[in-house]
Amino acid sequence: MNNMFFESLYILVLAGFVGFEVIRKVPPLLHTPLMSTTNAISGISLVGSLVAAGSGQSVVSTVLGTIAVTAATINVVGGFMITDRMLKMFRRKERKAR
Amino acid sequence: MNDILLSAAYLAAAILFILGLKGLNSPETARRGLLLAEIGMLLAVVGTLLHGEIIQYQWILVGLVVGSTIGALMAIFMPMTAMPQRIAISHSFGALAATLVGIVEYYQRSLTIDHGTMAALGFEVLFGSLTITGSLMAFGKLQELVKSAPITYRFQNVSNILLFVAMVGVFVFLIFSPGMSAFFYGMIAAGLVFGVLIVLPIGGADMPVVLSLLNSYAGLASAATGLVINNNVLLIAGALDGTSGFFLSMMMSRAMNRSFTNVLFGAVGAVKPGAQTQEEVRTVTRYTPEDAAFILGNAQSVMIIPGYGMAVAQAQHAVQELAELLMQRGTTVRYAIHPVAGRMPGHMNVLLAEANVPYDLLYEPEQINDDFSSTDVALVIGANDVVNPAARYKKDSPLYGMPILNADQAQTVIVLKRSLSPGFAGEDNELFYEKKTMMIFGDAKATLTGLIQLLKKTAPAESLPLS
Repeated sequence: MNNMFFESLYILVLAGFVGFEVIRKVPPLLHTPLMSTTNAISGISLVGSLVAAGSGQSVVSTVLGTIAVTAATINVVGGFMITDRMLKMFRRKERKAR
Repeated sequence: MNDILLSAAYLAAAILFILGLKGLNSPETARRGLLLAEIGMLLAVVGTLLHGEIIQYQWILVGLVVGSTIGALMAIFMPMTAMPQRIAISHSFGALAATLVGIVEYYQRSLTIDHGTMAALGFEVLFGSLTITGSLMAFGKLQELVKSAPITYRFQNVSNILLFVAMVGVFVFLIFSPGMSAFFYGMIAAGLVFGVLIVLPIGGADMPVVLSLLNSYAGLASAATGLVINNNVLLIAGALDGTSGFFLSMMMSRAMNRSFTNVLFGAVGAVKPGAQTQEEVRTVTRYTPEDAAFILGNAQSVMIIPGYGMAVAQAQHAVQELAELLMQRGTTVRYAIHPVAGRMPGHMNVLLAEANVPYDLLYEPEQINDDFSSTDVALVIGANDVVNPAARYKKDSPLYGMPILNADQAQTVIVLKRSLSPGFAGEDNELFYEKKTMMIFGDAKATLTGLIQLLKKTAPAESLPLS
């Protein structure tokens, strides 16, 4: 195992701790939007899929890469759009308007 | 684009993701946070596309166009009530992408792969493959394509554990001899089967925990992809997704007072043959909407407790209309939301937000439980286990120890329910038999609409002469 692998592990663990501290403060009210946001963000595997689909290494790589790009894009585009649709609905009460 | 620019784009993306999630700490900043995360994603994707490693664009374009179209159509036309299903299927897509990238990596490099990379790759495809099928099963159960009650059979746990041990064995073997491709693909196949088997015994009400766990696994698969291809932004985004899912499953388990192991292997709610026949016959008093309208019309304070039944009946708009009407008459109306009400974390909140219920009327159990004793009416709409007093004292009940909403402490309890069938946990709810409880059977939406009509006809309480 090389050093690079361990450097990556450091980043993984630290990001996990940061994530936990940030997410701990999300109120139960927004737990569904939280789930769909993190889901959209983890569509970042699109980055890896793009390389697989576009680097022209082999037919296998292109075919599987293209499917992966499709799946990840569904999550990124769909995830962000539906989260926004949800968040738009959350509003405070406006007593005076009525 | 050179490497330094790409690294800078990835760094910016990682920061924006974290800031974006931070925005979700409050409904006011949530949309701005989401925008930051979107910008981060755009930076990362454009940066990657401009990088020298990519030499052909035609297939990428196909994938991007098809994916965007499907994603956008789903986002625009999916009704809010179908949100749990959408979440489930999206975990499946995310895991599919990660697994496929893993397979490509292995296919290209299997002869030169080192032990560390193999370990990461193994994690990636294991978590990935079991999340693909596990999430599809969860989708099927939520969409009722598959029986949503737990499916159990003899030796279920034993065979699942054996399969799991076998997978781990193959995984360890692969770390030491990465070249054995048959084992690699075998492990993926086993992971796919395992995903189905592990979700089979899980019933509807445990879905919030399972969805959160699958969320976590999808994230871990992404993070492992980052380890394999040495991509830090993937690592960070995956870690965020993984911890978020883990955090949510922790919250959900705590709200049910059950451990992960219990949720995954406990199979609560399985039909135990013969169990229901030996119960003593008890009767409930049926009330009519007229009775309920009278009580509601004279109440000073009403607490609404929604459950999965509200989602099934799509009654959230009728609930809002009734609450609005009561508030116009001067009644205090609040909503008490149990964390595991519904089929995913935050399910009730989203549905009520869709129906224009202001979020500052929604309360968590810790905030509201002490107020039930001074509340005139607890209006339970399609909820059952979360108000079952058996959770407080009945030690042999699967509900025992679960923090519940104290609906039974209100002056009067009105329960809208389709039938007297026990809740998911199979535990009869004694609250329904109490004297102060008014049971109204029927479709929640129809009953609520009836209540609204009746209340509109009667005058508010203060216009009556005081005696």
